[in-house]
Amino acid sequence: MKIVVTVKLVPDTNADKRIDPETKRLVRTGVETVLNPFDEYALEAALQLKEKAGGDTTVTVVTMAPENGKEVVRKALAMGADDAVMLSDPQAEGSDVWGTAHALAKAIAQNGFDLVVCGTQSTDAITGELPGMLAELLGVPGLTYLRKLEIDGTTVRAERETDNGYARISAPLPALASVTKSINEPRYPSLRGIMGAKKKTIAVRTLAEAGVGQEIGNAGARTEVTGFETPPARGKGEVYQAADAVAGAQKILEFLREKKFV
Amino acid sequence: MNLGVPKRDTVRTKAFDPIDPLGLDRDLNSDERLVRDTVRSFVERRILPDIATWFERGEFPKELAREVGELGVLGMHLDGYGCAGASATAYGVACRELEAGDSGLRSFVSVQGSLAMFPVRAYGSEEQREEWLPRMARGEVIGCFGLTEYDFGSDPAGMRTFARRDGGDYVLDGSKAWITSGGIADVALVWARTASDDGPTGTASDGATTRTVPEAGARAESDGNNGGSIRGFIVPAGTRGFSTRNIERKLSLRASVTSELSFDSCRIPARYMLPGARGLRGPLSCLSEARYGIVWGAIGAARACYEAALSYARTREQFGKPIGGFQLTQEKLVNMLLELQKAQLLATQIGRLKDAGTLLPQHVSIGKLNNVREALAICREARTILGASGITLEYPVIRHMNNLESVLTYEGTSEIHTLILGQAITGIAAIT
Repeated sequence: MKIVVTVKLVPDTNADKRIDPETKRLVRTGVETVLNPFDEYALEAALQLKEKAGGDTTVTVVTMAPENGKEVVRKALAMGADDAVMLSDPQAEGSDVWGTAHALAKAIAQNGFDLVVCGTQSTDAITGELPGMLAELLGVPGLTYLRKLEIDGTTVRAERETDNGYARISAPLPALASVTKSINEPRYPSLRGIMGAKKKTIAVRTLAEAGVGQEIGNAGARTEVTGFETPPARGKGEVYQAADAVAGAQKILEFLREKKFV
Repeated sequence: MNLGVPKRDTVRTKAFDPIDPLGLDRDLNSDERLVRDTVRSFVERRILPDIATWFERGEFPKELAREVGELGVLGMHLDGYGCAGASATAYGVACRELEAGDSGLRSFVSVQGSLAMFPVRAYGSEEQREEWLPRMARGEVIGCFGLTEYDFGSDPAGMRTFARRDGGDYVLDGSKAWITSGGIADVALVWARTASDDGPTGTASDGATTRTVPEAGARAESDGNNGGSIRGFIVPAGTRGFSTRNIERKLSLRASVTSELSFDSCRIPARYMLPGARGLRGPLSCLSEARYGIVWGAIGAARACYEAALSYARTREQFGKPIGGFQLTQEKLVNMLLELQKAQLLATQIGRLKDAGTLLPQHVSIGKLNNVREALAICREARTILGASGITLEYPVIRHMNNLESVLTYEGTSEIHTLILGQAITGIAAIT
């Protein structure tokens, strides 16, 4: 079975984010680049499927990023992915989510796949649109927001998170799945994994090599950022003084009910 | 549905990072940063929740051996035989993160990798390497290193433990003291005097990357009486005549086993001797490896204390404001930060020298002497910021502080490192 995991390289999620007023794009210089934390859950899910399936199951990481992002991709290999495909092309710069999905779909189709696993969203642009688009472009069922993912023969069985519970869903392979943080706790690479990752292949391809005919990048973008502003600062939390534990618990329960958490 | 950003990264990249303002960790390469994150997360998950209890009870949970083996840190700087083959700098980073947990944990890893596995890798026969190293790397076999004796600490050349050749065997007599992991070890690397140079010979192999010069204060490598020499022996636990007794009532390194090893007509086959090590050069090269880890490890302990003090100073209020707002406290914190950054610069440079193969034992002395001394000072200063809270195990400070008292003394006391450097700069040995 061939499993493909899409990953994105994002600016360190702990760093203060800044948007360049000229380009209206996130400033990525001077900040450490890391693997999109949400994608680590996707990779972990794929690795667990591989471990369970055994045999000749492989996990390939696919990304679109400048070539100097190789060392970040290596973390995915250190965690246990078998190899990586990296779309690196100056023409890809400024791609919107459509352009990215288009290019990744070509690269994934070229690689071949039975299952594509994505994170729900990236921590930089946070559109959460890529998995759906990718499933459409690949022409396979898209199972999104999964908190559980299993392969049963040639069927994907999954639990999809909803606002007030979950739905059991299934689809035939090949398929695409996007997973949430509830699905697992991503592993940290072992030291042997880190050292072993050096010997694994990261195939760097240009857009042309990946068969991307359509113009993407800045020129091919179908969306445009027209403006941006800082969200209002969050107000201070409310402090309740309760007479005793029972009254306090009651108050908390009321709050949770009011917010429809329970 | 919880779509908040997962908190997984330990990278700090704020404009002015109070822990690493100069961004020294950004000089680490990606492998080294991965090692940092992996080990740091292990320590946060597995060590920090329980370390105060282990310290208080005076125990080292033996199952940790396999867990750190699985993590891959045991013998990680060695090549082959199931070892990760990481850079010296990556090994240093791992030591730093382990010791931010506890010096006892780092000591266990140092002893296993640098003192027990390293000599087998560097001076052992192919059979010895195959037999021991993979299991030691996995933590299935715990090793210890017997050099120090009660009467011979800084002066190992005077050791009394003796290995007498008897046909195809050696018979060991004597005792070793202050041996980390001794009581839980499955195998001991024991250094003993031999009567004559009658053991199998061999050449030191490629594992040794550190050139060694005789330790200041060490006597001639062969005592000259009978052509005898100091040789290393692999002694499995359970060998008749080999017993251990744990040293109790320690107030330092309590989450670490410290033992005495006794050899009473302990008979082992001659093939258990390391063929490639002859004279003090062998054990001293192991010490140089372990000391290198301490150069980094001490920073971890000091950083943990600095972080605890900083966080306490920001929240603890006296006279109507956080004590971090008082000039005296600020000066303490700033001095701690300065020394931490300097210690890191030293460690990074020493790591790069080791990776380049140009490291001298004297370089390690610079790092060990400075970094442990300053780390101890940082921990003590941190204790004063925490006030009374600083003496409890609720905070890591007094635990690290007490641990570092041992670290200051073991692997070459600060006095010995001073004399090594004194000799290096003047050309005159203080101890002859």
